Amino acid sequence: MRFILRRLGFYLIAFWVSITLNFLLPRFMPGDPVSRMFARTQDRMQPEQIEHLRKLLGVDDRPLWEQYVGYLHNMLTGQMGVSISRFPAPVTEVIGSQVGWTLLLGGTALVIAAVVGNLLGILAAWRRGGAVDSALPPLLIFIGSFPYFWLAMGALYLFGVTLGWFPIRHAFSDTIEPSFSWAFVSDVGMHLVLPALTIVLVSIGGWMLGMRNTMIATNAEDYITMAEAKGLRPGRIMFRYAARNAMLPSVTAFGMSLGFVVGGAMLTEVVFAYPGVGYQLLAAVQGLDYPLMQGLFLTITAAVLLANFLVDILYVRLDPRVRSN
Amino acid sequence: MTTSIANTASSLPGETLADPVTGKTPDGGTGLPPAVSVRQSNRSLLHGLLTNKKAMTGAAILVVFIALALLAPVLYPDNPSKITGMASQEPDAEYWLGTTAKGQDVLALTIHGSRSSLFVGLTVGFASTFIGILVGLASAYFGKFIDEALSLTTNVFLLLPGLPLLVILAAFLPPGLGTVILVLVVTGWAGSARVLRSQALSIRSKDFVAAAVVTGERPLRIMFGEILPNMASIVMGTLLACIIYGIGAQAGLEFLGLGDVSTVSWGNNLYWAGNEGALLTGSWWVFVPSGVCIALVAFSLALINYAVDEVTNPRLRKIRKPKSDRPKPTQPVPTGKRVAA
Repeated sequence: MRFILRRLGFYLIAFWVSITLNFLLPRFMPGDPVSRMFARTQDRMQPEQIEHLRKLLGVDDRPLWEQYVGYLHNMLTGQMGVSISRFPAPVTEVIGSQVGWTLLLGGTALVIAAVVGNLLGILAAWRRGGAVDSALPPLLIFIGSFPYFWLAMGALYLFGVTLGWFPIRHAFSDTIEPSFSWAFVSDVGMHLVLPALTIVLVSIGGWMLGMRNTMIATNAEDYITMAEAKGLRPGRIMFRYAARNAMLPSVTAFGMSLGFVVGGAMLTEVVFAYPGVGYQLLAAVQGLDYPLMQGLFLTITAAVLLANFLVDILYVRLDPRVRSN
Repeated sequence: MTTSIANTASSLPGETLADPVTGKTPDGGTGLPPAVSVRQSNRSLLHGLLTNKKAMTGAAILVVFIALALLAPVLYPDNPSKITGMASQEPDAEYWLGTTAKGQDVLALTIHGSRSSLFVGLTVGFASTFIGILVGLASAYFGKFIDEALSLTTNVFLLLPGLPLLVILAAFLPPGLGTVILVLVVTGWAGSARVLRSQALSIRSKDFVAAAVVTGERPLRIMFGEILPNMASIVMGTLLACIIYGIGAQAGLEFLGLGDVSTVSWGNNLYWAGNEGALLTGSWWVFVPSGVCIALVAFSLALINYAVDEVTNPRLRKIRKPKSDRPKPTQPVPTGKRVAA
């Protein structure tokens, strides 16, 4: 319990840092973002909206600390202002419509990569010097060296444009109405294949190598020799004895990768024009939509922190040693 | 070899006794006794890398790209962005890698692109590793409140989602090479600080560090003279990882159009390729070369990194004669398939 509370405190501090970053950036960066933004959007905005934005971005006359307190209050109560590029939709509403797609894409890719990668790692360590162990690591390192947006471009070109097997943009076809019908779900699935595939390809090597290396260390432990001496089945030793104990670093890595789910699928989303938060973040940057940009950053950070906290709780259950510290 | 003679002449008794055969290896030979073990372990790391196939393959690829970057103005003296041919030409004898939708020579863009990409990658790599060393060493050496504060900062930066932070920072700062480097260092140092801190912590608890503290050496001297030299392999691994990060993250940032789009670099080449619809018009030759170059450089660095791991962690080395390293019961192990590590 103490451990959990300590971690909770840490995440709260991290969240506070990201809110503060959001507050400070437009105020202390060169190039006055507000006037840039106004120059582009003035004719579309109401005077009271401009007034509100001035407050939000810190161009009003209140002293800095008062602005800061007000800003903290606004963010914590979810008042993130109004989007400029999608005026007059509130920022929270815009983000709400995007988050689901990102979770779908990033989550699918992460789970597939982690499960398959770890299994391959277990197999490679178990058969040291075998086919899986000698051929896959160099190949996966090589594939993992490509920027994943470039692999996305390649996949889009090869399987989308040239072969025409998969759709090349958006999360579902324009012609289909969103509903819980088979037609819609399969359409979404088809749109998911290429973006998810490219993320899986790039990240799977890391999972495999990490698992392989811890497995090799675990395999040298005495209790493995003991289990062998007892004549247990290899499959049982491999999964129940070795892999189970080698899993812990992978659990931590899984927690860290959850950050990738929300924020890191960004480049893939951009290539496939997939309507998630990453794609929206780029659109907000290009449209100089600062309130939306900040709201997105805060949402992404909050999601990452929350996911990591959940993994911490899971970790305590898996490794009792953490509790005693 | 002149150095070997000088080395034998000046080397210390203890050292010559320890290895009369390998004493030939050229080496400064001016160090003081406490430094001997450090130097030897660093020398064996270097030796291990020089005889490692992965490391040498990686180094060879890297050298080719560095040479290409340095010789770019000689190989292609003209401005690489200049429009010289017809639009979207396929690769042929005149344009080896074809032309872009604007009619620029893709080969020239690729060769010149290596300059900015390698420069940013190396700068970011060295700068973030340097900050990582400072923070990690200070954290481990001073402990207590300083460690708490530095670790907290490190962990927060590690947790803030990198790419979105990168995008936000780049959006607020004026575009340019300096901005890209600054932003990448700000988002990239934390990982190396954490790795280096944990390694420095274990060395901090060794007797020779305690001895140095007792003899009243200055903290900076202990941190950089006693602790740091013992971390050579992990510092190198961190550096390589940071360079890979720098090259990849720059490419990503520029691909989003958040770099200085007027300069020539691999990331910007890909940005323009996407912007000019190379994918949809089927001009694969416009986006393939820059991506392959990024991948080859990252791959070569990853290979060297992998080799450093192998050299320093014997368990990861390829086993030639299984089960020969430790005595085993004469009875065959029930699971014949498993090879002891």
